[in-house]
Amino acid sequence: MTDYQLIVIGGGPAGLAAACKAWQQGLRRVLILERDCELGGILNQCIHNGFGLHRFGEELTGPEYAGRYIAMLAETGVEVRLDTMVLQILPGRDGAPHEIHAVNGKQGYQVLTTGAVVLAMGCRERTRGAISIPGERPSGIFTAGAAQRFLNIEGYMVGRRVVILGSGDIGLIMARRMTLEGAKVLACVELMPYSGGLTRNIVQCLEDYNIPQYLSHTITDIRGHDRVEQVVVSRVDDQRRPVPGTEMVFDCDTVLLSVGLLPENELSRGAGVEIDPRTRGPVVAENRETSIPGIFACGNVLHVHDLVDFVSAESERAGAAAAAYVMAGESSPAPAGTEPGEPIPVCAGEGISYTVPQHLSPAVRTAGAELFFRVRRVTGPAAIVVQDGAGNRVARFARSHLAPGEMEHITLPAALLARAIAPLTLRMEEANP
Amino acid sequence: MKQLVCIVCPRGCRLTVDEEHGYAVTGNSCPRGAEYGKTELQNPTRTLTTTVCIRGGLHRRLPVRTSTAIPKRLLPAAMAEAAKVRLQAPVEAGQVVIRNLLGTGADLIASRAMPAADT
Repeated sequence: MTDYQLIVIGGGPAGLAAACKAWQQGLRRVLILERDCELGGILNQCIHNGFGLHRFGEELTGPEYAGRYIAMLAETGVEVRLDTMVLQILPGRDGAPHEIHAVNGKQGYQVLTTGAVVLAMGCRERTRGAISIPGERPSGIFTAGAAQRFLNIEGYMVGRRVVILGSGDIGLIMARRMTLEGAKVLACVELMPYSGGLTRNIVQCLEDYNIPQYLSHTITDIRGHDRVEQVVVSRVDDQRRPVPGTEMVFDCDTVLLSVGLLPENELSRGAGVEIDPRTRGPVVAENRETSIPGIFACGNVLHVHDLVDFVSAESERAGAAAAAYVMAGESSPAPAGTEPGEPIPVCAGEGISYTVPQHLSPAVRTAGAELFFRVRRVTGPAAIVVQDGAGNRVARFARSHLAPGEMEHITLPAALLARAIAPLTLRMEEANP
Repeated sequence: MKQLVCIVCPRGCRLTVDEEHGYAVTGNSCPRGAEYGKTELQNPTRTLTTTVCIRGGLHRRLPVRTSTAIPKRLLPAAMAEAAKVRLQAPVEAGQVVIRNLLGTGADLIASRAMPAADT
């Protein structure tokens, strides 16, 4: 017998929801491994409100949203090990499907066997190195999330005069947060001609506080020996190249970077899970099972979400699938049965940057499927068209506007999938291109 | 006629508010959007979220929020009130930190429990 039926790696919103669901579905030996000193993940530092409208029908702060799931978990018998770092996921020996190697200060090096694994490690921020900003290397340059942790958890104010590069939601939230705490946010600078964050955050974080946003601009120099003293901001052309002669100099002591998030998949890669280069997360089927049977993935480790509500929903799906996988394996010596038929690949066509899941099992022909995706550009009225392998239009979904910063999803009922010919392709059709 | 982006939820509906006809709102997808459009032009309000000082806890800051939205113009004064707070862990989630903040009728409440630090 394995030590656990299911080990969940990560105790943030994804891991919490997956573990709760797996317990509800009947698993009784479930363990969450979390590297921080408490559950809740990044929600603990996201003290602003706006979480949970879909999931709970009310507007919660990040800690409140996490608290709901932590309370739910406390009702179960799911075990938790905090301050524990997972080092690797290996194929099991002597009949155990998977082996998790982890370490913490109390129990030391641990090797745990398990029937299934849920990957819920979340994502991390792109740094200055990832985007190669020219200039000197003084202190005072932070990712927005690091500054958020310093301010909201540690109680340390990172600077007084701030320029923010990138318009991701964390950057916008930090523009407001730093302003409320008495800093002067001089500018929010975005390389693209549109904002990367939710529209409501532009309104309530920048416009409310008269913080100027410079679209199609970027930082072309950082000056300062010990501490940031100045940044130079330039306009960029439609090839995103800085335009000489458009330089603006800002006197500031701090630069915050909100330039994208990267799913944290070192463990997944080490385990040999196939990674989608577009999402930078595992390739999964609709039940969020990866290319390795019994290893599931959900939340920001799979693809970066805008809303935690969708992370929870996705993770409940993964948790339920992991439970079904384990119970099917325990009830019969044969591996978990799947419906006959070939998987149906889902392709990102014109105007679509990625889809999750990347393929569908034949079961969707009787159960239907939900697809998540992002578009490549901002549009007005447009439609998402789903086409099958024979060129038949399976479905069309009208949208009043689309933006890369806002994840979209569509639901394909079973009736539309019953006879669809693989593969399915999603593409965007603009009403007035 | 005034154009607004609704901030009630992440959907971000584009609202049109007619100030001359009883602040009639169009473009909203739910009743909360209509309410937002009306109040935003007459008496804009926001929920304040910030942190306060806490001693003896797992962390040094406790996240707090106003129990309801307060007038937007009072946000700086509310921040000044929050800066005066000194709490001692443990604190329960939802515990009132400042009652009737600045006479708004809203309380400043803890967004999470803060257990005492292991010593």
